[in-house]
Amino acid sequence: MKGDTNEQALLKGLAHNDSKAVELIYKENFNMIQSFILNNNGSYDEARDVFQEAMIALYEKSQTDSFVLTCQIKTYLYSVCRRLWLKRLQQMGRFTGSVDGFEETVAVEEDLETHEKRNAEFAIMDRALNSLGEPCKSLLQGYYLKKMDMNALAAEFGYTNADNAKNQKYKCLMRLKKLFFSQYNIGE
Amino acid sequence: MDDILLLDAIERYLNGEMSAEERAYFENLRNTTPEIDQMVVEHNMFLHQIADYSANIAIKQTLHEVHQNLLERGDLNEGGALSSKGKVIQFWNKYKRVTAIAASVGGVIALFISGLAMYFSTAVNDPKLEQLGKDLEVVKKNQQYQGNIINEVTSKIPMNARLLSGGSGFLVDVKGYIVTNAHILKGTGAIVVNSEGKEFKSAIVLIDHIKDLAILKINDDEYEPIKSIPYTIQKSNSSLGEEIFTLGYPRNEIVYGMGYLSAKTGFNGDSLSYQIQISANPGNSGGPVFNKNGEVIGVLSTKQAQADGVAFAVKSRNIHAIIEDLKNSDTAFQKVKLPSKSSLKGVERKLQINKLEDCVYFVKAYGK
Repeated sequence: MKGDTNEQALLKGLAHNDSKAVELIYKENFNMIQSFILNNNGSYDEARDVFQEAMIALYEKSQTDSFVLTCQIKTYLYSVCRRLWLKRLQQMGRFTGSVDGFEETVAVEEDLETHEKRNAEFAIMDRALNSLGEPCKSLLQGYYLKKMDMNALAAEFGYTNADNAKNQKYKCLMRLKKLFFSQYNIGE
Repeated sequence: MDDILLLDAIERYLNGEMSAEERAYFENLRNTTPEIDQMVVEHNMFLHQIADYSANIAIKQTLHEVHQNLLERGDLNEGGALSSKGKVIQFWNKYKRVTAIAASVGGVIALFISGLAMYFSTAVNDPKLEQLGKDLEVVKKNQQYQGNIINEVTSKIPMNARLLSGGSGFLVDVKGYIVTNAHILKGTGAIVVNSEGKEFKSAIVLIDHIKDLAILKINDDEYEPIKSIPYTIQKSNSSLGEEIFTLGYPRNEIVYGMGYLSAKTGFNGDSLSYQIQISANPGNSGGPVFNKNGEVIGVLSTKQAQADGVAFAVKSRNIHAIIEDLKNSDTAFQKVKLPSKSSLKGVERKLQINKLEDCVYFVKAYGK
């Protein structure tokens, strides 16, 4: 089954955030989703948002250890987008009762639930990071997000040595942790 | 301090940076002290949370880049007619030819309309001639100051016409439709100059003195349409305090300025415009006012003479209104379409300006 191995390779690429693979999946599937959204009361911007959201859901799914996709990428993306779009239409009060589009779908409710939970967690992290203030925010971003070396960070922020920067980083990290968990535990 | 040491130990432990002995010691500590064990578990979870967060940002970035790339290569289409599945590209190609024909027909008719507009505008402006005369004197003086520069650039202004006023304008349709202020267009015609200093002949296709907006259409063989306009024209109102910036031509070169939206109405409560805090100079008139996402929220039009930094911008929804007027004025303008997609959200300001400056023009009005 050549098609299958192809899709497996694409998913592997996606899991590693490989832009080639992302581009191939994107090219293969975006137009279908776009016309679905446009035909159902949506705009170009909304089509892009919904499609990218679905791509992220697939990306997250591909990160899990037990990941298996039991259907084609196309079917999965379409199902997620359809679900997402119906929900958005309902939230905006634009839902007209029926949605056109007769593609095959698979059940994605569970995945979307995890995806939404993830999004909520990211939002909490985002808020926590943003309320930290500078230079804490940039320092932590430099270390944990950009994976910069402690020496380089010390030089960039003007600390006299890497140890001082490291100390400061831990202080910031403790604050971030506190902020994050105070929100996170409320959310639970 | 102890907390920091402990945190450092936990992080090294989780990252596998400990030596075998240290590791054994730490694991023992973990076994005997439940608090430390709990901290390790918690920190491990937190580090995963950060890693996921960072991966989420990275994949979003990739998606954004891929989308832009595909769009530039024409593999995706976000404008033009609604398309059916899989046929987007063919559809677009077909559509392109039609637009080209429509644009050229539009050009001819635009010339005709501009002729009409010229004819009527002189008649309407008759009682205001005195006022205009004053302006002329001022402009004449300015002209003397700038004598050298003007001599350089008069090439596309008709031989016996004189430069009357200048301002800024910006593209609203890649086919060469430019929005500017009506009060700039004092004479009978205008030329526009892009950020590289290249001049194009243009015609005034619509002028609305109440809204103080006008539309020009570039009618020049040398004009090469850009692929797409990177901003949308906002329909809804913006909020107070929103960060804004503008690009315009208070001098012969494009100039950037930034400020914020300071009131939802303009001078004396004029609900067509906003009050904005920005340093504006004569020549900034007609220039676009962008929000931080690079979407057009208004057209810079006037400033308060007595107050410093207080300027007014015509709200962008009026652009939607005059485009509708334009479409209704003649079937040749049916195909005029405001940009539907903004691609500058979250982009660094320098890059935003880099993309935007191609769409902002220097407008020079001339008359006999």
